[in-house]
Amino acid sequence: MTARLAALVATAFVLGGAPPSGAATTPSDLEAELVCPTCETTLDQSDAPVARRMKQIIRERLAAGATEAEIKAELVDQFGDRVLAEPPKSGFDLLAWVVPLGLAGAGAIGVAALAWSWRRQRSAEPPLPLDSVVERRIDAELDRFDG
Amino acid sequence: MTGSVQRVGQAIALAGVAALLGLLVWKVAFDREGGVAADLGRGKLVNAPAFTLDRLDREGRLSLADLRGKAVVVNFWASWCIPCRDEAPVLQQTYERYRDQGLVVLGVDFNDFRQDARRFIDRFDLTYPVVFDGKGSTAGRWGLRGVPETFFVDRSGAIVGEPIYGPVDSTRNRVAYERGIALALGAVP
Repeated sequence: MTARLAALVATAFVLGGAPPSGAATTPSDLEAELVCPTCETTLDQSDAPVARRMKQIIRERLAAGATEAEIKAELVDQFGDRVLAEPPKSGFDLLAWVVPLGLAGAGAIGVAALAWSWRRQRSAEPPLPLDSVVERRIDAELDRFDG
Repeated sequence: MTGSVQRVGQAIALAGVAALLGLLVWKVAFDREGGVAADLGRGKLVNAPAFTLDRLDREGRLSLADLRGKAVVVNFWASWCIPCRDEAPVLQQTYERYRDQGLVVLGVDFNDFRQDARRFIDRFDLTYPVVFDGKGSTAGRWGLRGVPETFFVDRSGAIVGEPIYGPVDSTRNRVAYERGIALALGAVP
């Protein structure tokens, strides 16, 4: 029971604020994913006249049964890609997704290469010889400890 | 091995700094942020940036180059803009009054819905050509600050007079508007 509850909590955490699949898209969902073309903030943060009109269109289109993708496509047709809060995952805009991931990957490989190189260098170095006085003192201490 | 890795890291860092420096130089030297409005503000003689956009008043597309040889009043507007409603009848009157002298009022609808813009055209009985710049590419090159905004283009395609920020019929803008029309028509020596 506890394991099941933990799995449920973990799933909810992973999904975050996203609506569960199959749930109807609400105007608020779309308003957070679309940008006002005049003030360049998301619609839910904007009260500009064109943003108010876009919100009205979103409500009307949702009520008429349009899907989230259809509404986004209609707004992109009117205003261009700049109304999307996230860049599209195609064409030139794909770079916005690929470049940060590529840089993170290259950074991770670089750190791993450095760590490997340091480790190899350290294992190749011979250990420094102990001072004879210190060595005798350590032996004496070990004997006392064992005895 | 450590030495070579370090050298590669340094080379990458150096390349990154050089790329950023190059970007800065390009931005300062070549970027035309502010569009023609900024150039006009610096006192430069500027040719009107070309555009070809879909028409809203009828089917087809219209290019600014098609109007070469005519004086053009380029008015950027949007249907949700209250001052644009106030100035629309004045722009229509201007078109009717000066059309025979070779002047065209050209409306450029910006940041708007096509259906709202068409309703606006019907509501104010606008008969001058109107094009749609929904994606804002033309407005960007013209250095638009907002709507309404109006520019004057003479028969050779150069921008003349001062851009008008706000409605053309306001007390503040009336004189500049009349002067812009006269300059575009070549009526001012």
